[in-house]
Amino acid sequence: MKPLTPVLPSTRIALGISFFVLFVALWSAVTFSGWVSPIFLADPLKMVKSGYTLLTEMGFLKDIGMTVWRVVGGFLIAAAIALPLGVMMGAYKPIEAFFEPFVSFARYLPASAFIPLLILWAGIGEAQKLAVIFIGSFFQLVLMIAVVVGNTRRDLVEAAYTLGASDASLVKRVLIPGAAPEIAEILRMVLGWAWTYVIVAELIGASSGIGHMITDSQALLATDQIIFGIIVIGLIGLASDLFFKWTNRRLFPWAQLGK
Amino acid sequence: MNILSVRGVSRSFESAGRAPTVALQATDLEVSENDFITILGPSGCGKSTLLRIVAGLDTQTSGEVLLDGKRIAGPGSDRGMVFQSYTLFPWLTVLDNVCFGLRERNLPRAEQLDIANAFIGKVGLRGFEQHFPKQLSGGMQQRTALARALANNPRMLLMDEPFGALDHQTRELMQELLLGIWEGERKTVLFVTHDIDEAVFMASRVVVMSARPGRIKLDRTVSLPHPRHYSMKTTPVFSELKAELTEQVRAEVIASQQLQAAS
Repeated sequence: MKPLTPVLPSTRIALGISFFVLFVALWSAVTFSGWVSPIFLADPLKMVKSGYTLLTEMGFLKDIGMTVWRVVGGFLIAAAIALPLGVMMGAYKPIEAFFEPFVSFARYLPASAFIPLLILWAGIGEAQKLAVIFIGSFFQLVLMIAVVVGNTRRDLVEAAYTLGASDASLVKRVLIPGAAPEIAEILRMVLGWAWTYVIVAELIGASSGIGHMITDSQALLATDQIIFGIIVIGLIGLASDLFFKWTNRRLFPWAQLGK
Repeated sequence: MNILSVRGVSRSFESAGRAPTVALQATDLEVSENDFITILGPSGCGKSTLLRIVAGLDTQTSGEVLLDGKRIAGPGSDRGMVFQSYTLFPWLTVLDNVCFGLRERNLPRAEQLDIANAFIGKVGLRGFEQHFPKQLSGGMQQRTALARALANNPRMLLMDEPFGALDHQTRELMQELLLGIWEGERKTVLFVTHDIDEAVFMASRVVVMSARPGRIKLDRTVSLPHPRHYSMKTTPVFSELKAELTEQVRAEVIASQQLQAAS
Protein backbone atom coordinates (compact mmCIF):
# COMPACT_ATOMS: atom_id res chain seq x y z
CA MET A 1 0.00 0.00 0.00
CA LYS A 2 1.23 3.47 -0.91
CA PRO A 3 -0.48 6.61 0.43
CA LEU A 4 -3.10 8.17 -1.87
CA THR A 5 -2.61 5.62 -4.65
CA PRO A 6 -6.01 4.74 -6.16
CA VAL A 7 -7.31 1.16 -6.31
CA LEU A 8 -8.91 -0.62 -9.26
CA PRO A 9 -12.73 -0.31 -9.36
CA SER A 10 -13.09 -4.09 -9.14
CA THR A 11 -10.79 -4.29 -6.11
CA ARG A 12 -12.70 -1.43 -4.56
CA ILE A 13 -16.03 -3.23 -4.86
CA ALA A 14 -14.56 -6.51 -3.64
CA LEU A 15 -13.04 -4.84 -0.59
CA GLY A 16 -16.28 -2.98 0.16
CA ILE A 17 -18.37 -6.15 0.01
CA SER A 18 -15.88 -8.21 1.99
CA PHE A 19 -16.32 -5.98 5.03
CA PHE A 20 -20.09 -6.57 4.95
CA VAL A 21 -19.41 -10.32 4.72
CA LEU A 22 -16.98 -10.12 7.64
CA PHE A 23 -19.51 -8.15 9.67
CA VAL A 24 -22.30 -10.68 9.12
CA ALA A 25 -19.89 -13.56 9.76
CA LEU A 26 -18.89 -12.11 13.10
CA TRP A 27 -22.51 -11.49 13.98
CA SER A 28 -23.40 -15.09 13.06
CA ALA A 29 -20.48 -16.44 15.03
CA VAL A 30 -21.45 -14.75 18.30
CA THR A 31 -25.17 -15.50 17.97
CA PHE A 32 -25.28 -19.05 16.51
CA SER A 33 -22.66 -20.26 18.96
CA GLY A 34 -24.86 -19.12 21.84
CA TRP A 35 -22.13 -16.86 23.11
CA VAL A 36 -24.61 -13.96 23.18
CA SER A 37 -28.09 -14.66 24.48
CA PRO A 38 -30.93 -14.26 21.89
CA ILE A 39 -32.63 -11.86 24.31
CA PHE A 40 -29.90 -9.31 23.64
CA LEU A 41 -29.07 -10.04 20.05
CA ALA A 42 -31.01 -12.10 17.52
CA ASP A 43 -29.12 -14.13 14.92
CA PRO A 44 -29.10 -13.01 11.24
CA LEU A 45 -31.42 -15.78 10.08
CA LYS A 46 -34.06 -14.94 12.67
CA MET A 47 -33.72 -11.28 11.75
CA VAL A 48 -34.41 -12.01 8.07
CA LYS A 49 -37.36 -14.26 8.92
CA SER A 50 -39.04 -11.78 11.23
CA GLY A 51 -38.31 -9.03 8.73
CA TYR A 52 -40.23 -11.04 6.16
CA THR A 53 -43.12 -11.45 8.58
CA LEU A 54 -43.05 -7.74 9.36
CA LEU A 55 -43.30 -6.85 5.69
CA THR A 56 -45.90 -9.43 4.66
CA GLU A 57 -48.15 -9.74 7.69
CA MET A 58 -47.69 -6.74 9.92
CA GLY A 59 -47.91 -3.88 7.45
CA PHE A 60 -44.33 -2.71 7.93
CA LEU A 61 -44.32 -1.34 4.40
CA LYS A 62 -46.82 1.28 5.52
CA ASP A 63 -44.48 2.24 8.37
CA ILE A 64 -41.62 2.61 5.95
CA GLY A 65 -43.83 4.73 3.70
CA MET A 66 -44.78 7.00 6.61
CA THR A 67 -41.17 7.49 7.66
CA VAL A 68 -40.02 8.28 4.12
CA TRP A 69 -42.90 10.69 3.70
CA ARG A 70 -41.97 12.52 6.93
CA VAL A 71 -38.31 12.82 6.05
CA VAL A 72 -38.95 13.97 2.51
CA GLY A 73 -41.75 16.32 3.55
CA GLY A 74 -39.87 17.98 6.40
CA PHE A 75 -36.69 18.15 4.37
CA LEU A 76 -38.38 19.70 1.33
CA ILE A 77 -40.02 22.40 3.47
CA ALA A 78 -36.66 23.17 5.09
CA ALA A 79 -34.86 23.23 1.73
CA ALA A 80 -37.52 25.40 0.09
CA ILE A 81 -36.94 28.15 2.66
CA ALA A 82 -33.23 27.55 3.28
CA LEU A 83 -32.22 27.80 -0.38
CA PRO A 84 -33.38 31.35 -1.09
CA LEU A 85 -32.39 32.55 2.39
CA GLY A 86 -28.95 30.94 2.20
CA VAL A 87 -28.28 32.38 -1.25
CA MET A 88 -29.35 35.86 -0.14
CA MET A 89 -27.18 35.63 2.96
CA GLY A 90 -24.21 34.49 0.93
CA ALA A 91 -24.66 37.22 -1.66
CA TYR A 92 -25.61 40.20 0.49
CA LYS A 93 -23.50 40.83 3.55
CA PRO A 94 -26.06 42.98 5.50
CA ILE A 95 -28.60 40.15 5.23
CA GLU A 96 -25.93 37.75 6.44
CA ALA A 97 -25.05 40.05 9.35
CA PHE A 98 -28.73 40.14 10.32
CA PHE A 99 -29.43 36.38 10.27
CA GLU A 100 -26.08 34.69 10.74
CA PRO A 101 -25.62 35.08 14.52
CA PHE A 102 -29.08 33.71 15.25
CA VAL A 103 -28.80 30.86 12.76
CA SER A 104 -25.36 29.93 14.12
CA PHE A 105 -26.90 29.74 17.58
CA ALA A 106 -29.99 27.87 16.41
CA ARG A 107 -28.03 25.16 14.59
CA TYR A 108 -26.65 23.96 17.92
CA LEU A 109 -30.13 23.55 19.42
CA PRO A 110 -30.63 19.78 19.37
CA ALA A 111 -33.70 18.97 17.32
CA SER A 112 -34.57 16.02 19.53
CA ALA A 113 -34.72 18.26 22.61
CA PHE A 114 -37.55 20.14 20.94
CA ILE A 115 -39.76 17.06 20.77
CA PRO A 116 -41.51 17.59 24.13
CA LEU A 117 -42.16 21.23 23.24
CA LEU A 118 -43.35 20.37 19.76
CA ILE A 119 -45.73 17.76 21.15
CA LEU A 120 -47.12 20.48 23.38
CA TRP A 121 -47.49 22.86 20.46
CA ALA A 122 -48.39 20.60 17.57
CA GLY A 123 -49.66 17.44 19.23
CA ILE A 124 -48.39 14.02 18.16
CA GLY A 125 -49.59 14.32 14.57
CA GLU A 126 -47.62 14.73 11.39
CA ALA A 127 -47.00 18.45 11.94
CA GLN A 128 -44.85 17.62 14.95
CA LYS A 129 -42.78 15.07 13.01
CA LEU A 130 -42.24 17.49 10.14
CA ALA A 131 -41.28 20.21 12.59
CA VAL A 132 -38.54 18.03 14.13
CA ILE A 133 -37.04 17.35 10.71
CA PHE A 134 -37.36 21.02 9.82
CA ILE A 135 -35.56 22.24 12.95
CA GLY A 136 -32.90 19.60 12.51
CA SER A 137 -32.07 20.46 8.92
CA PHE A 138 -33.12 24.06 8.23
CA PHE A 139 -30.45 25.95 10.17
CA GLN A 140 -27.66 23.68 8.99
CA LEU A 141 -28.76 24.13 5.39
CA VAL A 142 -29.01 27.92 5.60
CA LEU A 143 -25.57 28.33 7.10
CA MET A 144 -23.77 25.93 4.78
CA ILE A 145 -25.44 27.34 1.65
CA ALA A 146 -24.57 30.89 2.72
CA VAL A 147 -20.91 29.92 3.16
CA VAL A 148 -20.69 28.23 -0.24
CA VAL A 149 -22.33 31.14 -2.05
CA GLY A 150 -20.16 33.62 -0.15
CA ASN A 151 -17.03 31.74 -1.20
CA THR A 152 -17.61 32.33 -4.91
CA ARG A 153 -14.28 33.10 -6.60
CA ARG A 154 -13.83 36.87 -6.61
CA ASP A 155 -12.11 36.87 -9.99
CA LEU A 156 -15.19 35.28 -11.56
CA VAL A 157 -17.32 38.00 -9.98
CA GLU A 158 -15.00 40.66 -11.39
CA ALA A 159 -15.00 39.02 -14.81
CA ALA A 160 -18.80 39.06 -14.82
CA TYR A 161 -18.89 42.75 -13.93
CA THR A 162 -16.46 43.65 -16.70
CA LEU A 163 -18.75 41.77 -19.08
CA GLY A 164 -21.56 44.09 -18.09
CA ALA A 165 -23.38 41.97 -15.53
CA SER A 166 -25.79 43.78 -13.19
CA ASP A 167 -25.94 42.92 -9.48
CA ALA A 168 -29.09 40.86 -9.95
CA SER A 169 -27.67 38.87 -12.82
CA LEU A 170 -24.43 38.35 -10.93
CA VAL A 171 -26.44 36.48 -8.32
CA LYS A 172 -28.50 34.63 -10.91
CA ARG A 173 -25.81 33.84 -13.45
CA VAL A 174 -22.62 33.54 -11.40
CA LEU A 175 -23.22 32.99 -7.68
CA ILE A 176 -26.01 30.43 -8.00
CA PRO A 177 -24.71 28.29 -10.89
CA GLY A 178 -21.18 28.37 -9.45
CA ALA A 179 -22.35 27.17 -6.04
CA ALA A 180 -24.98 24.73 -7.35
CA PRO A 181 -22.92 21.50 -7.24
CA GLU A 182 -21.76 22.20 -3.70
CA ILE A 183 -25.31 23.12 -2.65
CA ALA A 184 -26.48 19.78 -4.05
CA GLU A 185 -23.79 18.08 -1.96
CA ILE A 186 -25.00 19.93 1.14
CA LEU A 187 -28.57 18.81 0.48
CA ARG A 188 -27.37 15.23 0.17
CA MET A 189 -25.48 15.42 3.44
CA VAL A 190 -28.22 17.12 5.46
CA LEU A 191 -30.81 14.68 4.13
CA GLY A 192 -28.67 11.99 5.74
CA TRP A 193 -28.92 13.78 9.08
CA ALA A 194 -32.69 14.19 8.65
CA TRP A 195 -32.93 10.39 8.73
CA THR A 196 -31.61 10.30 12.27
CA TYR A 197 -34.05 12.97 13.46
CA VAL A 198 -37.12 11.24 12.06
CA ILE A 199 -36.42 8.04 13.97
CA VAL A 200 -35.99 10.00 17.21
CA ALA A 201 -39.28 11.80 16.51
CA GLU A 202 -40.99 8.47 15.94
CA LEU A 203 -39.61 6.89 19.09
CA ILE A 204 -41.73 9.30 21.11
CA GLY A 205 -45.44 9.77 20.56
CA ALA A 206 -45.94 8.15 17.19
CA SER A 207 -48.44 5.56 16.02
CA SER A 208 -46.68 4.63 12.81
CA GLY A 209 -43.27 4.67 11.20
CA ILE A 210 -40.05 2.70 11.51
CA GLY A 211 -39.19 4.35 14.83
CA HIS A 212 -42.58 3.40 16.23
CA MET A 213 -42.09 -0.22 15.20
CA ILE A 214 -38.72 -0.19 16.97
CA THR A 215 -40.21 1.07 20.28
CA ASP A 216 -43.00 -1.53 20.04
CA SER A 217 -40.44 -4.26 19.47
CA GLN A 218 -38.46 -3.14 22.47
CA ALA A 219 -41.48 -3.83 24.69
CA LEU A 220 -41.56 -7.36 23.25
CA LEU A 221 -37.78 -7.81 23.47
CA ALA A 222 -37.89 -8.55 19.74
CA THR A 223 -34.26 -7.67 18.94
CA ASP A 224 -34.63 -9.33 15.54
CA GLN A 225 -37.27 -6.77 14.56
CA ILE A 226 -35.28 -3.86 15.97
CA ILE A 227 -32.22 -4.86 13.97
CA PHE A 228 -34.31 -5.33 10.86
CA GLY A 229 -35.76 -1.83 11.34
CA ILE A 230 -32.32 -0.33 11.74
CA ILE A 231 -31.04 -2.10 8.65
CA VAL A 232 -34.02 -0.88 6.61
CA ILE A 233 -33.22 2.71 7.64
CA GLY A 234 -29.62 2.18 6.63
CA LEU A 235 -30.61 0.76 3.26
CA ILE A 236 -33.04 3.57 2.46
CA GLY A 237 -30.43 6.10 3.52
CA LEU A 238 -27.85 4.48 1.31
CA ALA A 239 -30.27 4.34 -1.64
CA SER A 240 -31.24 8.00 -1.34
CA ASP A 241 -27.57 8.93 -1.02
CA LEU A 242 -26.63 7.03 -4.17
CA PHE A 243 -29.58 8.55 -6.01
CA PHE A 244 -28.49 12.04 -4.97
CA LYS A 245 -24.90 11.39 -6.05
CA TRP A 246 -26.04 10.05 -9.39
CA THR A 247 -28.36 13.02 -9.97
CA ASN A 248 -25.64 15.50 -9.05
CA ARG A 249 -23.25 13.92 -11.50
CA ARG A 250 -25.87 14.13 -14.23
CA LEU A 251 -26.89 17.70 -13.41
CA PHE A 252 -23.38 19.12 -13.06
CA PRO A 253 -21.07 17.29 -15.44
CA TRP A 254 -18.64 20.24 -15.39
CA ALA A 255 -18.07 19.88 -11.65
CA GLN A 256 -16.81 16.32 -12.17
CA LEU A 257 -14.05 17.42 -14.54
CA GLY A 258 -10.51 17.41 -13.30
CA LYS A 259 -11.40 15.52 -10.12
CA MET B 1 -8.58 61.78 -30.45
CA ASN B 2 -8.22 60.63 -26.85
CA ILE B 3 -10.39 57.77 -25.80
CA LEU B 4 -9.11 57.44 -22.23
CA SER B 5 -7.76 60.09 -19.90
CA VAL B 6 -6.22 59.16 -16.58
CA ARG B 7 -5.84 62.38 -14.59
CA GLY B 8 -3.99 62.58 -11.31
CA VAL B 9 -5.09 59.10 -10.31
CA SER B 10 -3.52 57.81 -7.11
CA ARG B 11 -4.27 54.95 -4.80
CA SER B 12 -3.29 54.49 -1.19
CA PHE B 13 -4.35 51.86 1.27
CA GLU B 14 -5.28 52.72 4.82
CA SER B 15 -3.66 50.60 7.46
CA ALA B 16 -4.56 50.84 11.11
CA GLY B 17 -2.13 52.82 13.26
CA ARG B 18 0.32 53.52 10.43
CA ALA B 19 0.68 56.02 7.64
CA PRO B 20 -1.35 54.95 4.59
CA THR B 21 0.61 52.90 2.04
CA VAL B 22 0.83 54.64 -1.32
CA ALA B 23 0.53 52.06 -4.10
CA LEU B 24 0.20 54.51 -6.95
CA GLN B 25 1.31 58.13 -7.07
CA ALA B 26 -0.76 60.72 -8.90
CA THR B 27 -0.58 59.41 -12.46
CA ASP B 28 -1.56 60.93 -15.79
CA LEU B 29 -1.99 58.89 -18.94
CA GLU B 30 -3.63 59.83 -22.22
CA VAL B 31 -4.65 56.99 -24.49
CA SER B 32 -5.57 57.63 -28.11
CA GLU B 33 -7.89 55.60 -30.28
CA ASN B 34 -6.15 52.40 -31.55
CA ASP B 35 -3.24 52.70 -29.14
CA PHE B 36 -1.75 49.49 -27.91
CA ILE B 37 -0.13 50.53 -24.67
CA THR B 38 1.91 48.09 -22.64
CA ILE B 39 2.65 48.96 -19.02
CA LEU B 40 5.92 47.58 -17.67
CA GLY B 41 7.22 47.64 -14.15
CA PRO B 42 8.51 45.60 -11.22
CA SER B 43 5.96 43.60 -9.27
CA GLY B 44 4.07 45.63 -6.73
CA CYS B 45 4.64 48.89 -8.62
CA GLY B 46 0.93 49.56 -8.96
CA LYS B 47 0.57 48.72 -12.66
CA SER B 48 -2.21 46.26 -12.00
CA THR B 49 -3.80 48.74 -9.60
CA LEU B 50 -3.86 51.34 -12.36
CA LEU B 51 -5.47 48.87 -14.75
CA ARG B 52 -8.04 47.81 -12.18
CA ILE B 53 -8.96 51.42 -11.54
CA VAL B 54 -9.53 51.93 -15.28
CA ALA B 55 -11.62 48.73 -15.26
CA GLY B 56 -13.65 50.13 -12.37
CA LEU B 57 -12.76 47.17 -10.15
CA ASP B 58 -10.77 49.36 -7.78
CA THR B 59 -11.43 52.95 -6.72
CA GLN B 60 -8.80 55.67 -6.87
CA THR B 61 -7.99 57.73 -3.80
CA SER B 62 -7.73 60.89 -5.87
CA GLY B 63 -8.04 61.98 -9.48
CA GLU B 64 -10.38 60.79 -12.17
CA VAL B 65 -10.56 58.48 -15.16
CA LEU B 66 -12.49 59.62 -18.23
CA LEU B 67 -13.60 57.29 -20.99
CA ASP B 68 -14.80 59.24 -24.03
CA GLY B 69 -14.99 62.27 -21.74
CA LYS B 70 -17.24 60.54 -19.22
CA ARG B 71 -16.11 59.80 -15.69
CA ILE B 72 -15.77 56.11 -14.92
CA ALA B 73 -17.75 54.86 -11.94
CA GLY B 74 -17.55 51.10 -11.63
CA PRO B 75 -17.00 48.31 -14.13
CA GLY B 76 -18.87 48.12 -17.42
CA SER B 77 -19.03 46.26 -20.69
CA ASP B 78 -17.35 49.18 -22.51
CA ARG B 79 -14.04 48.04 -20.98
CA GLY B 80 -13.45 44.35 -21.62
CA MET B 81 -10.93 42.69 -19.35
CA VAL B 82 -8.71 39.63 -19.60
CA PHE B 83 -7.22 38.54 -16.29
CA GLN B 84 -4.04 36.68 -15.49
CA SER B 85 -5.98 34.00 -13.62
CA TYR B 86 -8.30 31.75 -15.59
CA THR B 87 -11.68 33.39 -15.18
CA LEU B 88 -13.89 31.43 -17.54
CA PHE B 89 -17.11 30.35 -15.86
CA PRO B 90 -16.47 26.64 -15.26
CA TRP B 91 -20.16 25.72 -15.58
CA LEU B 92 -20.47 27.21 -19.07
CA THR B 93 -19.15 25.78 -22.31
CA VAL B 94 -16.72 27.80 -24.44
CA LEU B 95 -19.67 28.97 -26.54
CA ASP B 96 -21.75 30.07 -23.55
CA ASN B 97 -18.77 31.76 -21.94
CA VAL B 98 -18.32 33.87 -25.07
CA CYS B 99 -22.07 34.55 -25.10
CA PHE B 100 -22.08 35.71 -21.46
CA GLY B 101 -21.92 39.43 -22.09
CA LEU B 102 -24.17 39.23 -25.14
CA ARG B 103 -26.84 37.47 -23.14
CA GLU B 104 -26.49 40.15 -20.51
CA ARG B 105 -27.48 42.66 -23.18
CA ASN B 106 -30.54 40.54 -24.01
CA LEU B 107 -29.55 39.96 -27.64
CA PRO B 108 -31.61 37.30 -29.41
CA ARG B 109 -29.94 33.88 -29.14
CA ALA B 110 -29.35 33.60 -32.90
CA GLU B 111 -27.47 36.89 -32.91
CA GLN B 112 -25.47 35.86 -29.84
CA LEU B 113 -24.40 32.67 -31.60
CA ASP B 114 -23.40 34.53 -34.77
CA ILE B 115 -21.16 36.92 -32.88
CA ALA B 116 -19.76 34.26 -30.54
CA ASN B 117 -18.96 31.86 -33.36
CA ALA B 118 -17.17 34.58 -35.30
CA PHE B 119 -14.88 35.36 -32.35
CA ILE B 120 -14.35 31.70 -31.48
CA GLY B 121 -13.12 31.35 -35.07
CA LYS B 122 -10.84 34.36 -34.75
CA VAL B 123 -9.08 32.93 -31.70
CA GLY B 124 -8.78 29.57 -33.43
CA LEU B 125 -11.08 27.53 -31.21
CA ARG B 126 -13.53 26.25 -33.81
CA GLY B 127 -14.51 22.73 -32.84
CA PHE B 128 -14.18 23.44 -29.11
CA GLU B 129 -17.49 25.29 -28.69
CA GLN B 130 -19.02 22.60 -26.49
CA HIS B 131 -15.97 22.04 -24.29
CA PHE B 132 -15.96 23.07 -20.66
CA PRO B 133 -13.05 25.27 -19.48
CA LYS B 134 -11.49 22.45 -17.46
CA GLN B 135 -11.16 20.45 -20.67
CA LEU B 136 -8.96 23.15 -22.21
CA SER B 137 -5.28 23.99 -21.85
CA GLY B 138 -4.28 27.29 -20.24
CA GLY B 139 -3.61 28.90 -23.60
CA MET B 140 -6.99 27.84 -24.94
CA GLN B 141 -8.70 29.18 -21.84
CA GLN B 142 -7.05 32.56 -22.30
CA ARG B 143 -8.03 32.59 -25.98
CA THR B 144 -11.61 31.94 -24.93
CA ALA B 145 -11.36 34.75 -22.38
CA LEU B 146 -10.10 37.02 -25.15
CA ALA B 147 -12.99 36.03 -27.41
CA ARG B 148 -15.41 36.60 -24.55
CA ALA B 149 -14.08 40.11 -23.95
CA LEU B 150 -14.02 40.98 -27.67
CA ALA B 151 -17.53 39.63 -28.36
CA ASN B 152 -18.91 42.43 -26.20
CA ASN B 153 -17.41 44.93 -28.65
CA PRO B 154 -15.84 47.04 -25.87
CA ARG B 155 -14.33 50.48 -26.46
CA MET B 156 -11.16 49.29 -24.79
CA LEU B 157 -9.53 46.01 -23.97
CA LEU B 158 -7.77 45.83 -20.59
CA MET B 159 -5.33 42.98 -20.12
CA ASP B 160 -3.66 42.20 -16.80
CA GLU B 161 -0.69 39.93 -17.56
CA PRO B 162 -3.02 37.73 -19.57
CA PHE B 163 -0.26 35.37 -20.72
CA GLY B 164 1.63 35.42 -17.43
CA ALA B 165 0.64 31.90 -16.44
CA LEU B 166 1.42 30.35 -19.83
CA ASP B 167 4.59 28.60 -20.89
CA HIS B 168 7.01 30.50 -23.10
CA GLN B 169 6.08 28.91 -26.44
CA THR B 170 2.35 29.25 -25.90
CA ARG B 171 2.87 32.83 -24.79
CA GLU B 172 4.66 33.75 -28.03
CA LEU B 173 1.86 32.23 -30.10
CA MET B 174 -0.70 34.12 -28.04
CA GLN B 175 1.18 37.37 -28.60
CA GLU B 176 1.02 36.92 -32.35
CA LEU B 177 -2.63 35.93 -32.18
CA LEU B 178 -3.55 38.99 -30.13
CA LEU B 179 -1.50 41.26 -32.35
CA GLY B 180 -3.19 39.84 -35.45
CA ILE B 181 -6.59 40.46 -33.91
CA TRP B 182 -5.60 43.96 -32.87
CA GLU B 183 -4.34 44.74 -36.37
CA GLY B 184 -7.69 43.53 -37.72
CA GLU B 185 -10.10 44.92 -35.13
CA ARG B 186 -8.21 48.10 -34.31
CA LYS B 187 -9.14 47.98 -30.65
CA THR B 188 -7.57 50.25 -28.07
CA VAL B 189 -5.61 48.09 -25.65
CA LEU B 190 -4.06 48.64 -22.23
CA PHE B 191 -1.79 45.71 -21.50
CA VAL B 192 0.06 45.13 -18.22
CA THR B 193 3.10 42.86 -18.29
CA HIS B 194 6.49 42.39 -16.70
CA ASP B 195 7.92 40.69 -19.80
CA ILE B 196 10.01 43.24 -21.71
CA ASP B 197 10.02 41.26 -24.97
CA GLU B 198 6.27 41.08 -24.83
CA ALA B 199 5.95 44.76 -23.98
CA VAL B 200 7.99 45.86 -26.99
CA PHE B 201 6.61 43.34 -29.46
CA MET B 202 2.96 44.13 -28.74
CA ALA B 203 3.03 47.84 -28.15
CA SER B 204 2.54 50.97 -30.12
CA ARG B 205 3.59 52.68 -26.87
CA VAL B 206 5.46 51.33 -23.87
CA VAL B 207 5.02 52.89 -20.46
CA VAL B 208 7.50 52.03 -17.70
CA MET B 209 6.48 52.45 -14.09
CA SER B 210 8.78 53.08 -11.15
CA ALA B 211 9.09 50.99 -8.01
CA ARG B 212 6.44 51.47 -5.33
CA PRO B 213 4.93 53.99 -4.92
CA GLY B 214 4.37 53.68 -8.64
CA ARG B 215 4.47 56.50 -11.12
CA ILE B 216 5.07 56.66 -14.85
CA LYS B 217 8.77 56.99 -15.40
CA LEU B 218 9.13 56.56 -19.11
CA ASP B 219 6.80 56.67 -22.11
CA ARG B 220 8.17 55.43 -25.46
CA THR B 221 6.54 55.11 -28.84
CA VAL B 222 7.37 51.83 -30.57
CA SER B 223 7.79 52.55 -34.26
CA LEU B 224 8.13 48.97 -35.50
CA PRO B 225 5.99 48.49 -38.59
CA HIS B 226 2.82 46.38 -38.77
CA PRO B 227 2.01 43.58 -39.40
CA ARG B 228 4.61 42.30 -36.97
CA HIS B 229 6.18 38.90 -37.19
CA TYR B 230 8.01 37.18 -34.37
CA SER B 231 11.26 37.38 -36.36
CA MET B 232 11.12 41.11 -35.64
CA LYS B 233 12.34 40.36 -32.13
CA THR B 234 15.86 40.00 -33.55
CA THR B 235 15.99 43.29 -35.48
CA PRO B 236 18.32 46.11 -34.27
CA VAL B 237 15.45 48.52 -33.65
CA PHE B 238 13.78 45.99 -31.40
CA SER B 239 16.98 45.11 -29.57
CA GLU B 240 17.88 48.73 -29.01
CA LEU B 241 14.54 49.57 -27.45
CA LYS B 242 14.60 46.38 -25.44
CA ALA B 243 18.06 47.22 -24.11
CA GLU B 244 16.93 50.65 -22.99
CA LEU B 245 13.79 49.33 -21.31
CA THR B 246 15.69 46.48 -19.66
CA GLU B 247 18.03 49.03 -18.13
CA GLN B 248 15.15 51.17 -16.90
CA VAL B 249 13.11 48.29 -15.46
CA ARG B 250 16.19 46.77 -13.85
CA ALA B 251 16.87 49.98 -11.98
CA GLU B 252 13.33 49.90 -10.64
CA VAL B 253 13.45 46.26 -9.66
CA ILE B 254 16.64 46.94 -7.71
CA ALA B 255 15.03 49.99 -6.12
CA SER B 256 11.98 47.98 -5.09
CA GLN B 257 14.14 45.25 -3.59
CA GLN B 258 16.06 47.81 -1.57
CA LEU B 259 12.75 49.25 -0.46
CA GLN B 260 11.60 45.83 0.68
CA ALA B 261 14.85 45.16 2.48
CA ALA B 262 14.57 48.50 4.27
CA SER B 263 11.04 47.95 5.51
